[in-house]
Amino acid sequence: MVTELAKPQNNYQSAFQSMRKAKPSVAWVELVRESAMDRFEVLGYPTVKDEEWKYTNLASAAKENFLPLAVRADLTVEDANRFSYPETAASHVVLVNGEFRPELSQTNDLGDVVVLDLFNATTDARYSKIVRDDLARSATYHDQGLTALNTAFLQSGLFVLIPKNVALKTPLQITYITDTGASSQMTLPRVLVVAEENSSAKLIESFVARGEQSYFTNSVVEVVLKDGARLQHVRLQREGRNAIHVGTTSAELGKGSSYNSTAINLGAKLARHDVSVVMDHEGSECWVDGLYVVGPDQHSDTHSLIDHKVPYCNSHQLYKGILDGNGRAVFNGKVFVREGAQKTDALQTNKNLLLSPQARVDTKPQLEIYADDVKCAHGAVGQLDQDELFYLQARGINPDLGKSLLTYGFAEEVIGKIEIESIRKELDEAVMNQLHARLEVQG
Amino acid sequence: MSTAEFLGNKEYKYGFVTDIESDVIPRGLTEDTIHVISQKKNEPAWMLEFRLKAYRHWLTMTEPKHWPNLKYPTIDYQDIIYYSAPKQKPTLASLDEVDPELLKTFEKLGIPLTEQKQLAGVAVDAVFDSVSVATTYKEKLKKHGVIFCSFTEAIKDYPELIQKYLGSVVPTNDNFFAALNSAVFSDGSFCFIPKGVRCPMELSTYFRINNSESGQFERTLIVAEEGSHVSYLEGCTAPKFDKNQLHAAVVELIALDDAQIKYSTVQNWYAGDEEGRGGIYNFVTKRGKCAGRNSKISWTQVETGSAITWKYPSCILQGDNSIGEFYSVALTNHAQQADTGTKMIHLGKNTRSTIISKGIAAGRSNNSYRGLVKVMPKAENARNYTQCDSMLIGSSSGANTFPYIEVMNDSSSVEHEASTSKISEEQLFYLQQRGISSEDAVSLIINGFCKDVFLQLPMEFAVEATRLLGLKLEGSVG
Repeated sequence: MVTELAKPQNNYQSAFQSMRKAKPSVAWVELVRESAMDRFEVLGYPTVKDEEWKYTNLASAAKENFLPLAVRADLTVEDANRFSYPETAASHVVLVNGEFRPELSQTNDLGDVVVLDLFNATTDARYSKIVRDDLARSATYHDQGLTALNTAFLQSGLFVLIPKNVALKTPLQITYITDTGASSQMTLPRVLVVAEENSSAKLIESFVARGEQSYFTNSVVEVVLKDGARLQHVRLQREGRNAIHVGTTSAELGKGSSYNSTAINLGAKLARHDVSVVMDHEGSECWVDGLYVVGPDQHSDTHSLIDHKVPYCNSHQLYKGILDGNGRAVFNGKVFVREGAQKTDALQTNKNLLLSPQARVDTKPQLEIYADDVKCAHGAVGQLDQDELFYLQARGINPDLGKSLLTYGFAEEVIGKIEIESIRKELDEAVMNQLHARLEVQG
Repeated sequence: MSTAEFLGNKEYKYGFVTDIESDVIPRGLTEDTIHVISQKKNEPAWMLEFRLKAYRHWLTMTEPKHWPNLKYPTIDYQDIIYYSAPKQKPTLASLDEVDPELLKTFEKLGIPLTEQKQLAGVAVDAVFDSVSVATTYKEKLKKHGVIFCSFTEAIKDYPELIQKYLGSVVPTNDNFFAALNSAVFSDGSFCFIPKGVRCPMELSTYFRINNSESGQFERTLIVAEEGSHVSYLEGCTAPKFDKNQLHAAVVELIALDDAQIKYSTVQNWYAGDEEGRGGIYNFVTKRGKCAGRNSKISWTQVETGSAITWKYPSCILQGDNSIGEFYSVALTNHAQQADTGTKMIHLGKNTRSTIISKGIAAGRSNNSYRGLVKVMPKAENARNYTQCDSMLIGSSSGANTFPYIEVMNDSSSVEHEASTSKISEEQLFYLQQRGISSEDAVSLIINGFCKDVFLQLPMEFAVEATRLLGLKLEGSVG
């Protein structure tokens, strides 16, 4: 008799089938989900043999067999409101375990901006065309196993539409709360943000959790900026210390649009953020910045891809890392300048600060350039400036405190870019606390 | 004239074939081939064992096709002649006995082998297809205790040295091409500088491929004992054939305490024609080990030839305070492809490395820098400075940088800078306005761009490199 070995994917397959039964949809959605599931069956979890995953090993996660969560968590409005900021008290949208929860959200300040369950939007006569055009386009699932899995399990999520010429005054905050109850659960939040012509808005994404259990967040956020749209995007990742977080942000920029994103990575035991910006229309500009603070037993990986497809686009990247204990960080930045994308100006900087002898950083700033009339530069450096440290010591500040001060200043360059005061303050405090803890340990 | 059109097609002046009777073995590679090569060279049993071990390992390996930024048809390893040597008398007492046809060939290449005509102060080992045909100044070097001879002679005369150092930096199973080389290498140069000796002249090897069907697999091994110093040059050319030829060499350098090795290459293999037909596939493994304290290994390369260049001269900085350097100019034109760079592995304390890479891509060529800087946990106070600049000429060329930086300790400092630009119109205009023709102006600007690297080359090579770059780019910019 032949015994069939149970492949981990089979568990996903059965979860997928029951999800489809519970949440049937129109033909095109079914088709997307099905083909995404097929891709996941082929690709599975990425392995370190994959060049893009060379330094981040998901083998143990793949083995743990995180299953897409089916249970609904009970939360009160008060629970949810704890995660909002004074600026976003009336513009706070909440997703719990990937599911949009209107009853926990505050939308009074959102004006003309549309906030809707993404799954429902696919069949909503007013928005189905927009969703169909833009969903699963920039975040391709053909070669990314985890994006495929996320796409296959489309059953809720969030659709945000900032209509033409609308300037949203208050920042819109999306909070992803994970509250799994049991361990080995995976949440698959999916968001589509469409900023129509000449609109402008600030968007805050915040990933948080209740409880210390281990779980896997596999989020995919697609951002589409139409001509002349402007979006400031702040992404705060503060998952639980036992969490695995894999997030994908992919943005497409329209003519003359501007995308300014800052990604802050503080939480999770293993975090990975893939951010890609496709510049397919002339005159667009983007800033893709980030800060990762990695403590003991943490691993943070950032992969950025800026794809210059047409002339006259500018991109700026500044990624900074602070590593302590045996923390590990990976930065892989790729700037692509396609044939014909003349007059491109691309700048990429990655700086890492190692505070302990056990910390490790692997960085790979890449340029791939196929046009000759461009200006591209990248740089990567490590370590505090000894002259600066000496200057502080000459002024009577002891080396440990001096180091902390400089480290704080190092982080401030990224944090200072965030235009929302209470977030800036909170992050300042978080960095300060970490440094203080360090000083105390050292005595 | 547009920038791209301008990149001319200066004839490759080394593209001639020497008509000489050769001793050729049938094409293909099996264990028998290796036995035949070993027999032809009268090798001892341990050498044959070394080859067979490498061959067996090679069989289990696959060609590294997925990670380099290169595109080429699959190489048929059974369609290559692994040994081709000019027929000659069994032993040569002096250069007078070398086939005059051969001497003429090297004369034509600008490498005179008759001693009275030699370049002052440079000893040359000339390698023709699979074997070394002549080594000059051997006697004079011997007086200083320096051993400089072909690999075949070295295996015969200094077996204990070869056994000790061969494969100690690049193991036989290091990579696909190194394993292939270890199995079938036919000749090369061996150089040994004893304790405290400063080599009185520049040493060099000149490689020439002549047979259209053969590959070239040579090996260079340089050992610098405590406190010694040597500067080594390497040059290469090949005739023009429509068929691609494989060149898979291995170079190993070992520097003991306080020793210094400077290795310079001007690579001018035939690059194929404008359409990318023919040319050499240059898959080379070069690695140096700074085994001793305060040792230093410096690589300088000017890569202008070959249809494909796959080459990463590296330094293993094992001894405390050791220094590794890599200076490179890689020029690609027409359909050439280059994926080249370096690896600096910091193991010892206070180790330092510098990487300066200049890539110039013209025509439809593709030029990539790929480098690794790895600082291990014990490498306290290690430092690295990397600068890789690319220049694009014409809008259909590509320039890429793939730097890998892995830092595993907090006292080290690693800096990486890269930029990509084109020849500035303003600089061109400024020079032209002063009566300098556009071609001369371009050549001036490019030489300025490469100056940091050219400064590292020995005198004769620097002149040669400047001229070579001018030639390669002639008619390309305007």
